[in-house]
Amino acid sequence: MIVSVLVFVHWLHATAKSLFLKPNRSLNGVVPMSDLNVKLELIESLKGHTGKVWCAKWNASGTLLASCGEDKTVRLWGTSGGQWKLKTVLQDGHQKTVRDLSWSPCGKFLATASFDGTTAIWDNLGGQFECNAALEGHENEVKSVSWCPSGNLIATCSRDKSVWIWQVENDDYDCAAVLNAHIQDVKKVAWSPEGDVLASASYDETIKMFKEDPNDGEWSNVATLKSHNTTVWSISFDKTGTRLASCADDGTVKIWRQYLPGNPEGVGTVDNDPTWKCVCTLSGYHDGPVYDIAWHPSEDLIVTAACDNGVRLFRMEPESDPNEPSFSLVAANYAAHSQDVNSVKWHPTDPKLFVTAGDDSTVSIWQVT
Amino acid sequence: MGGGTEVLQNLNPRLFVKCVDRAVTEDDWNENVTDEFDSREVFDLIRHINDPEHPLTLEELNVVDVNRITVDNEKNKIDILYTPTIPHCSLATLIGLTIKVQLLRNIPPRFKIQVKITPGTHVSEAAINKQMADKERVSAAMENIDLIQTINKSLIEVENHYK
Repeated sequence: MIVSVLVFVHWLHATAKSLFLKPNRSLNGVVPMSDLNVKLELIESLKGHTGKVWCAKWNASGTLLASCGEDKTVRLWGTSGGQWKLKTVLQDGHQKTVRDLSWSPCGKFLATASFDGTTAIWDNLGGQFECNAALEGHENEVKSVSWCPSGNLIATCSRDKSVWIWQVENDDYDCAAVLNAHIQDVKKVAWSPEGDVLASASYDETIKMFKEDPNDGEWSNVATLKSHNTTVWSISFDKTGTRLASCADDGTVKIWRQYLPGNPEGVGTVDNDPTWKCVCTLSGYHDGPVYDIAWHPSEDLIVTAACDNGVRLFRMEPESDPNEPSFSLVAANYAAHSQDVNSVKWHPTDPKLFVTAGDDSTVSIWQVT
Repeated sequence: MGGGTEVLQNLNPRLFVKCVDRAVTEDDWNENVTDEFDSREVFDLIRHINDPEHPLTLEELNVVDVNRITVDNEKNKIDILYTPTIPHCSLATLIGLTIKVQLLRNIPPRFKIQVKITPGTHVSEAAINKQMADKERVSAAMENIDLIQTINKSLIEVENHYK
């Protein structure tokens, strides 16, 4: 009930503010500039992959961009003369689609998750990137991989419904936990910025939080976030790790807020663990599944990648109540790709750049102006 | 899933009359006329798909019908409803996947293809629709050698028909 009221209030707010917010084909894929105060400019369109590109991410310093997809390759792109160019093609690491990738915080390692059931670890210790380790154990497709901020843990998840945590020690990878909390295909794993909490999103329509017990080193499910009524495709923490954005198959985006035990708002908690509550739902903006979402590294900006070929940028109203925040669409390109957009990531150091990857075999770099 | 079930799901399927071939018009040969996709064209791509357990086509079993196909050229959307022959058919997912694979291979990529079960015709309708709409799982299925071989077998007849 609370959620639906919030949705309605938000809808009223959004509609009253600007009628252009609704996706409209007649706009020919571009929102008129006069209507939006922010522009999305296509900086680079990188081609080379064949088939779907599932993911593209920058390394921690933002100097290298890695992309992967249906063609089983990983491509590394770098700048030369101010332009992004293909540097290396990494192949033969996987037998099937490479679904997701994650850079180590130090930038020397790259982990790739594949439908072949393995996660490959590539390193450039020998001067160029080579596959020197494979993490095996999942029963079928590995859907996502995430390297924790301190660099000593890797999380993977799979269609086998499990989330695995791997301990990294001197190029050795040991399974530290197998978490079977989800009851369906797990789509995404993401570490909080502090690295002490792991979040996972699933086909079972929930998001789960995991934490390590400092006493016995055991990992356990400490929170289950229920509100989406369809597959949750992706999640992204804000810079503080106290809020989370999620996107789902029905086109909704939700904002979750962490409430610590004894919070002044009076939100109940269990076992001294924080409660995560959905404080905002953005609906009516996306026509179909939203495959990825990224919270800006420093600001309250959220960008989404959708199945309707669109990329949308939302900004939190600075005056809005943190317990009932409202987000407005501030920029959009409804023809960002010519097919589904699968992934979106902000540049780690340049606050104006983000990268998208799509089914149209393209990796695109965008500038927010 | 898998085509080689020993016990037939539906022993005596009801047969339906096949529709006549598409009439070729003058416009089909006119380069100046834009031929938009229509439901009949989509139907022709899937009507001859073989049923996984009977030597019959999906058209003959009324699993697919031209009237349950919607094509929106402007919005680049194709929606297909298919009707399993019996509400407990365990091959329903395989049939839906075969339809989807055939369309993904033959329809321009600008189209968003939705394959769903005709409402009220299968006990696990929601679960099957959810699986079929999950493009990540469909992509993974298309890389599963056993599964794709089964699907290709059902699609061979379509190829033969138009040879």
